[in-house]
Amino acid sequence: MAQTPASPHNILINDQVAENITRTEELAYELRVSEVMTSSPKTLSPEMIMRDVVEMFRKARISGAPVVQGENLVGIISMEDLIHCLCQSDLDAQASKYMTRDVLTVKGTDPVVEALKIFVSSKVGRLPVIDDQGKLIGILTKGDITRGLLKALQRDIQVEEIRKYRASHLFEDIESDRTSLILRYNIKPRDFTHGGAASSHIKRALLRLGASPQIARRCGIAVYEAEMNLIIHTLRGGVIRVEIEPNRISIEAYDDGPGIPDVELAMKPGYSTASEEIRELGFGAGMGLANIARCVDNMVLESVVDKGTRLKMRINLDKEESVGEGYSSKLDGGTS
Amino acid sequence: MKVSELIRVINGKLINDGADLDREVKGGCGADLMSDVLASIQPEAVLLTGLCNPQVVRTAQMADVAAIVFVRGKNPPIETIELATQERIALITSPFGMFELCGRLYQAGLPSLERSVSDGPSDLE
Repeated sequence: MAQTPASPHNILINDQVAENITRTEELAYELRVSEVMTSSPKTLSPEMIMRDVVEMFRKARISGAPVVQGENLVGIISMEDLIHCLCQSDLDAQASKYMTRDVLTVKGTDPVVEALKIFVSSKVGRLPVIDDQGKLIGILTKGDITRGLLKALQRDIQVEEIRKYRASHLFEDIESDRTSLILRYNIKPRDFTHGGAASSHIKRALLRLGASPQIARRCGIAVYEAEMNLIIHTLRGGVIRVEIEPNRISIEAYDDGPGIPDVELAMKPGYSTASEEIRELGFGAGMGLANIARCVDNMVLESVVDKGTRLKMRINLDKEESVGEGYSSKLDGGTS
Repeated sequence: MKVSELIRVINGKLINDGADLDREVKGGCGADLMSDVLASIQPEAVLLTGLCNPQVVRTAQMADVAAIVFVRGKNPPIETIELATQERIALITSPFGMFELCGRLYQAGLPSLERSVSDGPSDLE
């Protein structure tokens, strides 16, 4: 095997896969050579005349092929061998005269990364693939690997799409007078490291349920500000509760103290009771509630000092924006 | 402008892996107050900021930010980098200050994606 641990980076970075490079690396270990190789490749016999080899390469648009006797691999003819033959003007010779006999091979059960290492260290353009008995079962080029990896990445994307498709139809087959999905998140006080994690989960859930990017964004921003308020201001943390219905999203953020003495003042843009420490984190500018009001259709803030605060927010969804009812009902215009 | 091109314009250095450098940046926004960012920024903008904590990435995620640039050569803590890698948002550090960065990007053709207070209600409302 290669002396230096070759990184698949050397070969695989191109525009299409650069974005998925980490997953690509994983796939290079997961995928087997037999999954990406070309099966039943064109083969040559040792007795084949070189003139016929050239003609076959031209017709099949290939630049190399393994030479087999019976089922056993005995050599390979590459472009280099062919050029060698042409230089000697020896096109009537047999393939066995010009083939390379020491052939580098990979096994079908090897992970793709092993083949990549050989490609990096040896400069060969193709590798015959053999089984445990040494029988030729396919051929592998760098192009096969790139295609195989892209196909596998495509499968990954499809899995996410299926998940999204299922979630987006969540409510369709459930009959009730009023169906909703409730998500609850416990928010710890002063937990700035995880601040925003709940909002992030909520935004992702909405997108999976088929919410438009605009709705997910509005909801994300509103919940994020509410979540940060719980982290910054509460004594013992609080809860974010999101109720998702096909035609509306209702969010509540509530806590048990300390409460807001003057709700009207708290709603005023720019008013803040946050400490210098909080401001250094980029929050506490007194814009949070104003931001929330801007993002939601309806907002109610109730607070009792020493008892707690409850912030209720609602986003109404038009028929085209409904979540969890799938695309079909949107096309029909729905009948609910 | 692509993220990769933006990095060139600002002599930037990419900090994290996994982000899409071909992602299109449609404009810019500069602020250190995250609530200001959330209040004003339009989707697909680059966010210029001096703030380095993980909340910058969360804010970016909520506001559909295309890339984050830290001004004055700042390097964020590991929690910020990890979160950005997970969320596939490019983190870039540039030696220039906020004013210089805004100027360079504006001159390179990047418009402002900060909604002015006088613009009134946005498409969000």
